[in-house]
Amino acid sequence: MTRIPKEVNNIHIPELSLVLLIGASGSGKSTFARRLFKPTEIVSSDVCRGLISDDENNQSVSKEAFELARFIAAKRLKRGLLTVIDATNVQPEARKDWIALAREYHVLPLAIVLDTPERTCQARNLTRADRNLGNHVIPQQINQLKRSLRHLRKEGFRTIVHLDAVEAMDRITCIHRDKLYSDLKHDKGPFDIIGDVHGCYTELCNLLETLGYGVDREQAKLLSAPAVTNEDGYTTCRKPVLLGDLVDRGPDSLQVLRLAMDIVKNGHGYCVPGNHDVKLKRYLEGKDVKLRHGLEKTVEQLQHATPEFLAAIKDFIEGLVSHYMLDDGRLVVAHAGLREEMHGRGSGGVREFCLFGETTGEIDEFGLPVRYNWALEYSGRAMVVYGHTPVPTAQWLNKTIDIDTGCVFGGALTALRYPERELVSVPALEQYAVPSRPIGYNAGSPLSLQQQFDDMLDMKDIAGKQILQPRYGHSVTIRAENAAVALEAMSRFAVNPKWLIYLPPTMSPAETSTQAGYLEHPAEGFAWYRNAGIQQVVCEEKHMGSRAVVIVCRDEAVALKRFGVAGEGNGMVYTRTGRAFFNDKVLEQEFIGRVNQALINTGFYDKFETDWVCLDAELMPWSAKAQALLKNQYASTGAAATTALSAVVAALEQAVANGAPAADLLNSYASKQLQAQKFVKAYREYCWPVSAVNDYKLAPFHILATEGKTWFEESHEWHMQAISDICAGDPQLLLATSYRVVDLSDPAQEAAAISWWEALTAGGGEGMVIKPSRLLQVTNNDIIQPAIKIRGSEYLRIIYGPEYDSPENLSRLRKRGLGHKRALALREFALGLEALHLFVEGAPLQQVHQQVFGLLALESEPVDPRL
Amino acid sequence: MLLTIKTTRYPATDLGYLLHKHPAKVQQFQISAGKVHIFYPEATDTSCTAALLLDIDPVGLVRKGPDSNEFALDQYVNDRPYVASSFMSAAIAQAYSSAMNGRCKDKPQLTEEAMPFEVTISVLPVKGGEVLLRELFEPLGYEVIASQLPLDTQYPEWGLSRYFTVTLRHNLPLQQILTHLYILLPVCDNDKHYYIGDHEIEKLAEKGKGWLDTHPAQEIITRRYLKNIGALTRQALEVVLKDEVDEAVTDKPLKDKLRLHDIRLQTVTDILLELQVSSVADLGCGEGKLLRLLKDNPVFTRILGMDVSLRALDIARSKLKLDKQPLSQKDRIQLLQGALTYKDKRIAGYDAAVLVEVMEHLDELRLPALEKAVFGCARPAHVIITTVNAEYNVLYEKMQPGSFRHADHRFEWTRAQFREWANGVAARCGYEVSFRDLGEIDPTHGGPSQLALFKILMN
Repeated sequence: MTRIPKEVNNIHIPELSLVLLIGASGSGKSTFARRLFKPTEIVSSDVCRGLISDDENNQSVSKEAFELARFIAAKRLKRGLLTVIDATNVQPEARKDWIALAREYHVLPLAIVLDTPERTCQARNLTRADRNLGNHVIPQQINQLKRSLRHLRKEGFRTIVHLDAVEAMDRITCIHRDKLYSDLKHDKGPFDIIGDVHGCYTELCNLLETLGYGVDREQAKLLSAPAVTNEDGYTTCRKPVLLGDLVDRGPDSLQVLRLAMDIVKNGHGYCVPGNHDVKLKRYLEGKDVKLRHGLEKTVEQLQHATPEFLAAIKDFIEGLVSHYMLDDGRLVVAHAGLREEMHGRGSGGVREFCLFGETTGEIDEFGLPVRYNWALEYSGRAMVVYGHTPVPTAQWLNKTIDIDTGCVFGGALTALRYPERELVSVPALEQYAVPSRPIGYNAGSPLSLQQQFDDMLDMKDIAGKQILQPRYGHSVTIRAENAAVALEAMSRFAVNPKWLIYLPPTMSPAETSTQAGYLEHPAEGFAWYRNAGIQQVVCEEKHMGSRAVVIVCRDEAVALKRFGVAGEGNGMVYTRTGRAFFNDKVLEQEFIGRVNQALINTGFYDKFETDWVCLDAELMPWSAKAQALLKNQYASTGAAATTALSAVVAALEQAVANGAPAADLLNSYASKQLQAQKFVKAYREYCWPVSAVNDYKLAPFHILATEGKTWFEESHEWHMQAISDICAGDPQLLLATSYRVVDLSDPAQEAAAISWWEALTAGGGEGMVIKPSRLLQVTNNDIIQPAIKIRGSEYLRIIYGPEYDSPENLSRLRKRGLGHKRALALREFALGLEALHLFVEGAPLQQVHQQVFGLLALESEPVDPRL
Repeated sequence: MLLTIKTTRYPATDLGYLLHKHPAKVQQFQISAGKVHIFYPEATDTSCTAALLLDIDPVGLVRKGPDSNEFALDQYVNDRPYVASSFMSAAIAQAYSSAMNGRCKDKPQLTEEAMPFEVTISVLPVKGGEVLLRELFEPLGYEVIASQLPLDTQYPEWGLSRYFTVTLRHNLPLQQILTHLYILLPVCDNDKHYYIGDHEIEKLAEKGKGWLDTHPAQEIITRRYLKNIGALTRQALEVVLKDEVDEAVTDKPLKDKLRLHDIRLQTVTDILLELQVSSVADLGCGEGKLLRLLKDNPVFTRILGMDVSLRALDIARSKLKLDKQPLSQKDRIQLLQGALTYKDKRIAGYDAAVLVEVMEHLDELRLPALEKAVFGCARPAHVIITTVNAEYNVLYEKMQPGSFRHADHRFEWTRAQFREWANGVAARCGYEVSFRDLGEIDPTHGGPSQLALFKILMN
């Protein structure tokens, strides 16, 4: 207990703690709390009484008021916020519940005792008209408080601040909030995180030297560390981070300890404790510890150590912090890993977890506790690097990685380079110990650990309302009803989710044109980008087919290795809603084979250092995929319109010939007849029969991703050129898209682009798409609309109906709102990008799927389907 | 869009009196969906033809505004402006109201007189084809001449459209002809109706008096005419899949499956009773038929229905009357949306899981996901799975070889295939499995459906 002398004016508390004020009624708790904590940090029992009974002094609702206070405190602690409990808390039963709550959320419980003299309390209460306590109450409370004082530590309070004079309380003007020992968020590295060493000193030195460090092997000192210069020009040294279990089983635990102590003492790096280290400490403290599991070897090696050195070891291990949060909380290191809710928290539970991980409570056939793989359920933001359980190879699982590759058992000593995420290993020089349980899990599977886990997606992160935070743009809210529609579409019609690493966003047309006869015209598109501050745009011909995402792997082995897909060929073509484009599997694979051959022929795989690619493309003809739509809607309407209108025109001609005053009517219907014929002509442009691969045309317009990389930063010109190179590999199937670059400050270039558009659409083309020179352009966290389409006048007939361009129709159709469509396009774009980024970074499929699923859900937002 | 009525009864121009429309004029009326023009292509004593030209405003049909139709279509590319549908009935009723009501101011004797009439409808959509067209008109004594339009003359392989150019000939008073057309045009179309409210039933009774109750197709006429306006509400799913909605989404199962389904559900219920389970998860519950059977039996104390289709769940919810449950029953039955390709905590903790005719709606490649979700993660003590037996398909006369019983079936398995899969699941997941045939059993082909019962092995 810290008794605060009268002259001290500040106290220190851990920044994340549950602070219990302890004091009798009238001791000045609320005043103290209001003066030194934020109002939102204080949970007051009186306020809670008031909230549920309109009377802060109503003692009959104490139970309910406590429940409410506990509820609020729990929510705050879960979110990692310091919380102050303003209640008398003089009875041990009352404090017990709060200590349990602190433990549940792994925060430190802390007591501030306001030991105010009885007469002061009584005097204060007398001045309060609303509070009418019996005379016996305050003496009783003070009595309870006095009796409590010496039990507080045993009850579980780590820090106890005892203020036993009114002056002492009043003098406190400041409460310092100390960072937790585990908080090293300010240190951004780079780091080299090293797995369980277990006395393998030579291998540790070998690994450090491989990583670029200089080591004095004899003195066990770090001589130098590799320096790196970051983008801002600052040079820093890399830091080794040891994941614990430095000792036991191996040949030279002593030297390992020396080196670790040297590294930590001089601030060259960090070390977290492992269960073996802690057991050694207990042995050194003289506790009754069984000499087994390799400790017997360490003890033998320590025989000739000086008492000073033994004491230093004990202090060193004692001083190790259970885990560290590094690099703004993006990296967590702990010996046995750590659940997300324990990151940066402090409690016995956290320490226990860091040392031993989690067990199921069962014992396996080797007599060891069965480990529960917490990483299976991990979905946190931070990367967790850990050791403790030897594995044959270090593999990522849900953003966690176990890098204990069993050096002491004859495996290897492994380091993870952070932030590079690069694994560096040195082999064990010999097998120093035999594991009591064989190392390895499902080693026969061709899938990686992550891929095995990815076989089963979880409903919890997709159903109901979701808020997604893509790295570009703003957060995206998925409404529950849209998620429900997406679930049906996804589970009934979509391809294997392992292929679904991207879905294309919707695209908005330009502002409605006011030029006579036009609903859409390039002028509005150019104006829009000019106003958005874009200097240069690219205009690409818009092909009229079906949007298709094409994934091609060099061979089936790549499909298995990179996508975890077996027996589905070496690629997939799917539509904008994730359905397989081809119903015929043989045709699909023939198609992919052709694209693959073109990629091989043109040296794409070598040039891009990849063995797979994901392309965004238009696949023609439209009639291939939209057959049902064409027949049921377009051809049907065309057949009905042309037949009906020719009958009408014939009847009107006959009437006019017979003298009826129907000439005006005849004129108007003759022009409708012409419009119907144009309508049929318009949709026929996009139809041709397909029976074999050669009948298809694929026009890729974007290289989305290859191994380890997305290509959004490149210019469209770069994309068009790279794609044109591929198309040269199979001109029969692949179609390079024509395009032109337009400088928006040059009216002549704009005019030329408009003429180009007019020529394209006059020839039956759908129109063009205007894009900023690079696809991804972000200003102040706002993404610039990645594309705007300008559709041709004849094409629009199949969108707005045969008669849309009659003046009386056009004037009404011009009233259309684009805002919702535009906002949707941006949100979908951000999610698509995020999904691809996550995939190339090797994120768990669940995270990729969450984005893609959200995108599909957004597609069910009600928006004018003609835009 | 165009409906002509022609007569050759002398003097044919009496048609003008009957219709109360002067043959030398072109007249115009406003109706809710647009305009109606009445004109006469010919008007002589020997032959007179009245044309009703319905001019539907295609933009107004879609645009929702204060003056536009309440049941707006959401597509501009739409056949409605060009065909005879319920809009045409509305136009007839308004433009030819006196004739339809049997009034003729100048020549009242004409209203009762049977005359030779020839009605031509330039484009009539007929869902049910020429067979239905004839079933509707021929029992009333019409001579029917129909020619079906091709979808697109340039692409003959696309086949025929659902549209006919139809000529009907009969010797009847005009009032009767108009009444028949009023009811039967939308019946042929059977598409979206723009009627609302109960008075449609009265209208049908009134206009159908004297002919509908003896018409052999009375049932289909009544059903189609009063088609539920709920059909108008396009499913959100269709909106998502926009240009990709194909037959798979919309087709109906074969009719004779119905009784078989009852047998399946009864068998499943009997097995559940034998197993003495008290909590059951019906995975892929559809409209909740099995849930209703289970609900009536108090031994089932906790029942879960899960389906991926929101629409099916809505129907299940209303059929189970979940909103009117007494408080004591509130938590007994739960419905939730879910898909068997995802692991889902919510389906764990039930004694038995039931998948009745569900697995064949999943792509075969997704079955490992179903296996993991049900047998690997939820792990109920008992699992009952039924699926169709492909061997039995040869006994269905209407089925083409190689086709499936339902357009959404992704596969149909023989008994051997089903057993191989189920035995594999049992071996991988620690269950034992037994099989039986379901439905009327054929000695060589087995039952129309098959069932596997899995029991968890406790070691």
